[in-house]
Amino acid sequence: MSPPAGRLQGGYSVVVEDLSRSFGDFCAVDRISFQVKDGEIFGFLGANGAGKTTTIRMLCGLILPTSGRGLVEGLDIGKEAEEIRKIIGYMSQKFSLYEDLTVSENLEFFGGLYGLSHAQVTRKVKESATAADLEAFSGRRTREIPLGLKQRLALTCAVMHNPHVLFLDEPTAGVDPISRRDFWALIHELASGGTTVFVTTHYMDEAEYCNRLAVMHKGRIAASGSPKSLKNRYQKGSIEEMFIGLVGRERTADDD
Amino acid sequence: MMISGRLLAVMRKEFIHIIRDPRSLVLIFLWPVIMVLLYGTAITFDIKEIRIGVLDFDHSRVSRELLRDLTASDYFRISGYLDKRSEIDDGFLKGRFTAVLVIPAGFEKQKALNTGRIQLIVDGSNSNTATVVIQYFKSFCMLHQWESGVAVSAPLSLHPRVWYNPDLKSAHFIVPGLIAVILMMICAQLTSITLAREWETGTFEQILVSPVLPHEIILGKLAPYLLLSLSVSVVTLAFSVAVFKVPFRGSLLLLLVLSIVYIYASLSIGVLISTRARTQQVALLASQILTLLPSFLLSGFIFPVLYMPLVLKAVTYLVPARYYLVIIRGIMLKGVGPGDLAQPCLLLVLFGTFLIAFSIHRFKTVLEKAPWAG
Ligand SMILES: Nc1ncnc2c1ncn2[C@@H]1O[C@H](COP(=O)(O)OP(=O)(O)OP(=O)(O)O)[C@@H](O)[C@H]1O
Ligand SMILES: [Mg+2]
Repeated sequence: MSPPAGRLQGGYSVVVEDLSRSFGDFCAVDRISFQVKDGEIFGFLGANGAGKTTTIRMLCGLILPTSGRGLVEGLDIGKEAEEIRKIIGYMSQKFSLYEDLTVSENLEFFGGLYGLSHAQVTRKVKESATAADLEAFSGRRTREIPLGLKQRLALTCAVMHNPHVLFLDEPTAGVDPISRRDFWALIHELASGGTTVFVTTHYMDEAEYCNRLAVMHKGRIAASGSPKSLKNRYQKGSIEEMFIGLVGRERTADDD
Repeated sequence: MMISGRLLAVMRKEFIHIIRDPRSLVLIFLWPVIMVLLYGTAITFDIKEIRIGVLDFDHSRVSRELLRDLTASDYFRISGYLDKRSEIDDGFLKGRFTAVLVIPAGFEKQKALNTGRIQLIVDGSNSNTATVVIQYFKSFCMLHQWESGVAVSAPLSLHPRVWYNPDLKSAHFIVPGLIAVILMMICAQLTSITLAREWETGTFEQILVSPVLPHEIILGKLAPYLLLSLSVSVVTLAFSVAVFKVPFRGSLLLLLVLSIVYIYASLSIGVLISTRARTQQVALLASQILTLLPSFLLSGFIFPVLYMPLVLKAVTYLVPARYYLVIIRGIMLKGVGPGDLAQPCLLLVLFGTFLIAFSIHRFKTVLEKAPWAG
């Protein structure tokens, strides 16, 4: 089962138009618009509280937008959330597998939620790039395994059903550089298999791994494009400098 | 409703949670047994040696016989004799008597004509004790074929009520009621906490982005707890029969089947709570508020439903323990058959199904409309 080409919307997996979300008076996401192409790795960059998680949760159908529109694989996030759930994978910012279950029990449970049988889960795990690690720890309680492996386990759980679009909310927060590199190898493998990956991050070096980026700041998209074009546009040598330049500039503008 | 792979996955996972936590499991089984032991014995001790004041206007052979019968039982002790009715109040106020027995003049003669009546005036300030005293006195009179009338002093007005308990053992009556109360509390707590924990850890969100449906989550979580609670009830029941020698006159199978129905209704209270509660603490508190006092006070466990004010009486219909009390006392103490218990059983099914349907509906709205915090 391979993800179909972006139906209905000319090669775009995710299309967002003027999407907003307020909590009371506070506008966490403020009329943002962007597109994610089919099969690309799309990075969402932003400081704490920029509105990244809120955007992802709207796209996954966990919260409703206050206004604006969003399509995931041509399905409306406001009206067709139930359909969307079948074709997306989601890894939330907070580690949310069951710590008292073993590695293989977690895999079975999340596979089961998508209607996969025991045999299907086993095959899927065997095929996965982390098969060796997961195998070695399969009988261990999830709370006992290293954080890097926990995150790879969470990723495996999230892609068990071959989702078309994968949403990853700061998947590598808090792990060592080696684990991060391993994790990104997995992301690339998924993308080359045709999965669209939407990933948020704090790490600027990770931004370089993305096909395209959007920089979010205070609920708005401050800039977007490929890492190269962004660096060119802002005349910076790295994404980090560009990011600081962008966010810093807005800050001075605010102070005026 | 079809049994889907998703439902089975949720059920399986919930089972694993339960067996992975042996400490909680031991507590879940131990707590009811301890409660039954504590309350069962405390209440049994309470009813021995009720202090009776005697106001005998007859001074006859028959009245002496009556008093001899009274003292012969373990349950009453004559702690003083009065001369006038006006001394009764004072006796109650000073706590000298719990009740005063009035034997009217001419009692002996009337007794010969089968119209002799005695009167018991009970201190109503402790309504619990008063209720027990009345039950015991009535049983005593039945046993010895004395005619009696019972009155209760202010501030509480209580009506007499006959417990089906010819052996004068209050534990027999109390313990089945305790089982009802305890089961309702445990069931509501278990389900509300397991759902709240998933909100707390964030796993709920992870589940909600999957195609799993609200009814699959809820029913998948209920099934393991139904089984767990049923085992708890069997253990508690066996313990009660063994330790308190509570008679078991009816069908065990019938009681088990109806217990499942009762557990279902009680679990549904927890489900309802978890549609709101987002933390385990809130869930625990809410389930205690919703089950502890209602199951104690509004189920007929302590105060008979029959004599409650109309408003409270209406509220008792919303307390599952009310129905189970009729069921468990009926089956254990009276050996009642299925025909007589159809109505409470049906009402329990309705109660549980309504709450669960409502909760599923609420979860759906949460998914479709209402944003949640966090
Ligand atoms: N349920 C909520 N109720 C009220 N305010 C919220 C809620 N969720 C998010 N916010 C606020 O919206 C803003 C954006 O939050 P969001 O979690 O989307 O940021 P983020 O970019 O993911 O940040 P981080 O990098 O810290 O994860 C924050 O100021 C946050 O406090
Ligand atoms: Mg976030």
